[in-house]
Amino acid sequence: MAENGIGASLKRKEDPRLLLGKGSYVDDINRPGQAYAAFVRSPHAHANIKSINSTAAAAAPGVVAIFTGDDMAADEVGPLICGWAISSKDGSPMNMPHHTCLAQGKVTYVGDHVAIVIADTQEQAKDAAELVEVDYEELSAVVGTADADAAGAPQLHENAPNNTCFDWHLADNKADVDAAFAGAAHVTKLDILNNRLVPNAMEPRAAVGDYERSTDSLTLYTTSQNPHVARLVLSAFFGIAPEHKLRVVAPDVGGGFGSKIYVYSEETACLWAARKIDRAVKWTADRAESFVSDAHGRDHVTTVELALDGDAKFLAMRCSTKANLGGYMSLFSSAVPTYMYATLLAGQYTTPQIYAEVKTVFTNTTPVDAYRGAGRPEATYALERVVEAAARELNIDPAELRRRNLIQPDQFPYETPVVHTYDCGDYGASLDKAIEIADYAGFAARRDQSKAGGKLRGIGFSNYIEACGIAPSAAVGALGGGVGLWEAAQVRFNPTGNVTVFTGTHAHGQGHETAFAQVVADQLGVPVENVEVVHGDTDKGPFGMGTYGSRSIAVGGSAIVKAGEKIIAKGRKIAAHLLEAAEDDIEFTDGNFTVAGTDKALNIGEVAFAAYVPHNYPEGVEPGLDESAFYDPLNFSFPSGTHICEVEVDPDTGTVEIVNYTAVDDFGTLINPMIVAGQVHGGIVQGVGQALTEGAAYDPDSGQLVNGSFMDYTMPRADNVPSFNIDTTETPSPLNPLGVKGCGEAGAIAAPAAVMNAITDALGTENIDMPATPEKVWRAAQAAG
Amino acid sequence: MPTVSMTVNGQAVSGEVEDRTLLVQFLRENLRLTGTHVGCDTSQCGACVVHVNGDSMKSCSMLALQAEGAEVTTIEGLASNGELNPMQQAFMDNHGLQCGFCTPGMVMSAMDLVAKNPNPDEATIRENLEGNLCRCTGYHNIVKAVQQAAKTMGG
Repeated sequence: MAENGIGASLKRKEDPRLLLGKGSYVDDINRPGQAYAAFVRSPHAHANIKSINSTAAAAAPGVVAIFTGDDMAADEVGPLICGWAISSKDGSPMNMPHHTCLAQGKVTYVGDHVAIVIADTQEQAKDAAELVEVDYEELSAVVGTADADAAGAPQLHENAPNNTCFDWHLADNKADVDAAFAGAAHVTKLDILNNRLVPNAMEPRAAVGDYERSTDSLTLYTTSQNPHVARLVLSAFFGIAPEHKLRVVAPDVGGGFGSKIYVYSEETACLWAARKIDRAVKWTADRAESFVSDAHGRDHVTTVELALDGDAKFLAMRCSTKANLGGYMSLFSSAVPTYMYATLLAGQYTTPQIYAEVKTVFTNTTPVDAYRGAGRPEATYALERVVEAAARELNIDPAELRRRNLIQPDQFPYETPVVHTYDCGDYGASLDKAIEIADYAGFAARRDQSKAGGKLRGIGFSNYIEACGIAPSAAVGALGGGVGLWEAAQVRFNPTGNVTVFTGTHAHGQGHETAFAQVVADQLGVPVENVEVVHGDTDKGPFGMGTYGSRSIAVGGSAIVKAGEKIIAKGRKIAAHLLEAAEDDIEFTDGNFTVAGTDKALNIGEVAFAAYVPHNYPEGVEPGLDESAFYDPLNFSFPSGTHICEVEVDPDTGTVEIVNYTAVDDFGTLINPMIVAGQVHGGIVQGVGQALTEGAAYDPDSGQLVNGSFMDYTMPRADNVPSFNIDTTETPSPLNPLGVKGCGEAGAIAAPAAVMNAITDALGTENIDMPATPEKVWRAAQAAG
Repeated sequence: MPTVSMTVNGQAVSGEVEDRTLLVQFLRENLRLTGTHVGCDTSQCGACVVHVNGDSMKSCSMLALQAEGAEVTTIEGLASNGELNPMQQAFMDNHGLQCGFCTPGMVMSAMDLVAKNPNPDEATIRENLEGNLCRCTGYHNIVKAVQQAAKTMGG
């Protein structure tokens, strides 16, 4: 292994600039002569727009232009899209509403975009936006997921009767599953809610659209997790500019968690307007705008049932979910509650039969799409809650019930009844290790001790699995996805021997500049400080699909390895020529090409120099040492693990303290264990936030988001959470060259079930939903006596 | 428009501002000191924390004009000769940052904490950083970083 190569907890290359205040986020970018945009947003959840009068606003100081949906329609700007087609049980296609960038005739949620106001300064734009007079005809709103498709509910879209987008199931196997339930010794059933979350990356979304008259080209600086995909969507679907006349730059991006995957109205309007007014147009969201306009996550209502035989082996599972899409569809909002969700319901278990159905509904709320975990936290929550409840009903230790049903290491590759074939894993090893670290054996004594102090102590398990490394393109296409999900890389030796690596993934906190450099250093034997990883600019490096779904190392990292293999193959030819040996006799280790069995060697830096100064060079070999590769994964990867949460509840106040949290994860090979641990910590706290404090609260009548600020929406703060005990097991994936699986979402996937299983254990009731606020916990404690 | 003058990172600066201009806007827009970030609009997130006359201050919670004559230190003012100061170094050593957006405010708050409480325990650190939101790290490594910095800085 090279020093600071794979497996080293190398300190991050990105840190000095970020710690010195030298980061370059979109709001830090200013273009010469730029104007500023502010958006007129709907104050109503549901209304017809009767007229828009911008006369007074246009006359306000500094105002440059005001545009509405009609102006964008006149320029034939295409509608916002959903990139994944889902069909209903009866084969009919999903009902995708027409979703214009700026509203035309109707608004469907508070914060919906009505007009863009552009002025010389940000303050002038905001002041003028207040002067735009919009005459609304208010309509009744529907907000709740459960009753959105009820008879008589207000209707959002003409082409979506009963506010239903689709009524889907994974497979037509309900009769078989029902038969299995009929023969079961025991059935456990739960009705659960998966609360709606606001992603709240700390950097608000921002955009600068810039127009270059001399080349008739546009540049968009934007807070994106996938700048190439943004360029593709802006070009192919919205028609803003052809791809070769459009550059998208996503520089330092301050967190994403899914919310920065999508191409939103704001950056589209800024970019379009930049050409219109021949000036750069800048917009940065206020946090209040982020709350109502960043795509939200989760929001499911689910009934889940587990059938067990007399030995407590899982026979079958039924899962029926209604998922809220919000006011319109979003880029991947159809895939998240279907193929990202139902396909994970087998979890780590051998359950032979599973029926899953999902109905998606439109409501007068902010659109919902992928948020850290995206479907997989919802699946894990449903499954792990019902497994824990079954253990309690049958009076079996919850660890023992899980152990009895785990897929065993010798059963891989394992085909589940819900699409996926798992590649590898040792779920029992993670469970055993977590039990030991959490001192499960000592729990009973600790519970007694808490009881003596008037407190209720509970412990909860969450054995999760996730499908990461998204994704094999053909499989995605077969399931309705509109894109390929390969990744691209370019490894370029410069003449002086240092290396520039271009990746199509994008880092917004994940540390790719460090971890990817470690992969290259390890493979090519170059000091890690001589490797620079470049991402986030469509004018630099190859097209890539970006970062989400814990795909970057498994897919993007593998692409880098493939490009590196080409570098070595070419270097071998050059070295053979220079060392006057046969190519087959050249070995490559630790950065040196050596003639086997001799001490004749050339360093890869010397070979690179020879490639750029090819005076003495093999015939038929091109100069230069610069190779690209595209990598389409063979399968998803399947990280897994066991999280155990221990809580102490004060029944008098309803407060919950997490007194111990243990996570043992299997991410396959670890590139940088320090970075991996950081990903786990952050994911856990987002999951703890979902379980204890977070949840978008809409007024059921007016459709107003009543907790749309950091004063009201309770993101976990430093004093709300403990430090964590985390460890790993390691079964390297056999399906990619690095053996990696991905680690970005595990915490957010596992934690909600672990926390809620601990709380329900402490309270002695299953009858409590997330977020388990003190009020809810107090009420549940009183009801449970 | 009125003129405001202050000392920022040891340099005398002045500029024209509107009455309503916040200190953070003056730092970012007038002085182009973009290391100080804006993460919310309700003085809740702490990404904009700077030091004003030696105390940590959310720079979105005061007007630029209120800083007339003040000594202001921003994240750009901590390093000497481009070297990370002990708190910055501790954040790097302990992986106390991921996306880096909350980091400047977090570091400035932590500096103030350690200056006033040279030997803080974990609970004290967590309590004192509750005005700074981080969405990436789960705070675990931030706490470790502050503990290391407190030791290095002579606690």
